Amino acid sequence: MSSDQVMRDMMANLPVPEFESTPWASPPPLAEATVAIVTSAGLHRADQDRFDGRGDVSYRMLDRGDRELILGHWSSNFDRAAYVSDHNVVYPIDRLEELAAAGTIGAVAPRHVAFAGNQPDTVSEVRLDTGPAAAAELRADGVDVAILTPV
Amino acid sequence: MCALAHVLEEAGIATVVLASMRSVAERMNVPRVLYCEFPLGRPLGMPDNAKFQHGVLAAALQLLDASSGPVLVDYPEVVEAVETPLACALPPRFDPDIAPSIDEAQGLRAAYERAVASRGATEVGRAINADGVAEALADLERVAAGEHWKEVYGPRLDTIAIAHDIRAYYQEAALELADGPPPGARQAEAWFYEETEAGKTLAAARDALTEQEAPSGITFYMQPVGR
Repeated sequence: MSSDQVMRDMMANLPVPEFESTPWASPPPLAEATVAIVTSAGLHRADQDRFDGRGDVSYRMLDRGDRELILGHWSSNFDRAAYVSDHNVVYPIDRLEELAAAGTIGAVAPRHVAFAGNQPDTVSEVRLDTGPAAAAELRADGVDVAILTPV
Repeated sequence: MCALAHVLEEAGIATVVLASMRSVAERMNVPRVLYCEFPLGRPLGMPDNAKFQHGVLAAALQLLDASSGPVLVDYPEVVEAVETPLACALPPRFDPDIAPSIDEAQGLRAAYERAVASRGATEVGRAINADGVAEALADLERVAAGEHWKEVYGPRLDTIAIAHDIRAYYQEAALELADGPPPGARQAEAWFYEETEAGKTLAAARDALTEQEAPSGITFYMQPVGR
C-alpha cells in the first residue's frame, strides 16, 4: 500500500473537530474578487520565525512578492521534493498572478497566510484566536476569496 | 485547513479547500471542497506544470458559483505517487577512512550548493546547516551502532529536525543531479531511503532509538510511515 494511502486510511479513522453548521460567505463576481492563498504548509520567509514542531497555532503573513519560501510543516509524511522543484504546487502564487493578468480574478491579495498543519487536535486556538486574527488581516486587505492548500 | 475554512467564512471570506483527505473534509461541514486525489504534499497536483495547476484552480474557483453549501466535488484527474527511486547516481567512495554515509554526503556537497544557488533558498536549517551534515551523520552512526541516545545527544532528542535536514540536503542535491522533469511524488524519498548510505544510517538509527524506547513521537516522525 502506498504511503499516501496509509495516511489517508489513518486520517479516516481519526475524530475530527465538530462543526454543526456550514457558514457561507457570498463573494463578489470572480472578475472583481481579491483572492488570497491560505496554506497549512507552514511556509515562511527565511527572516521569519520557524514553526515549532509541537502543535504550532501561529501564522505567518506572506507578501505577494515573496518567493522561495521555506516549507515549515514538520511532517515527514508527504512529498517535499515537489515544492522544491516548483513552489506553485503548494503555493500557486504565480498562477494567481496569471489569472489576475488575464482578468479572470479581480486582484491578487497583497498578503497571503501560512499556518502549519500540525495542530493540536481540538484546533480551538485556530478557531478562536489565531484563525480569526488572520482572517481580520485578510479582510483589512480587502480579500474576498481564499484558496486553501494543505500538504 | 477545514477548520480554517469555517473561520474565514465566518469572517466574510468565501473559501475553497483543495482537500487531500476526503474522509476528513466530508465530516466537517466545510462550505466548498474540491477533493484532489493527488500525492500528499502536492495540492496543485504537478510541479512545473502550469496547465495542470490552472485546471485545478479553475475547478476550485468554479465552486464559488454555488449559491449554498456544503459543496464537495471530486477533481476528475487522479495523480498517483511513484514508488520507484529517482535515477540519480551517487558519488563514488572517496575517503575510505570515514563512514560511507559521511563520505557520500561530502561527495554531494557541490550539487547541493548548486541547487541552493539556483533556487535561492534551502530547506536545510531546521536543526543544522549543510556544514553540520557530516557531524549529524556521525552521531546517527553512533546511535545505529548501539550507543544510547542520551550519551550521544544529552537530554534533548532533536532527531526529527536532524533527519529532516539530512534528507532535505540529499533531496536538493538529487534534484540538481537528476535529468529531466521533476520526479514523481515519493521518488526522491525512495531514492534517499533505499539507495543512499545516509538513508540507511537514518533507518538504522531510528530502529535503535525505537529499541531504546526513545519517545515514540520522535521516532515516528523521523521517517515517513511505512519505512
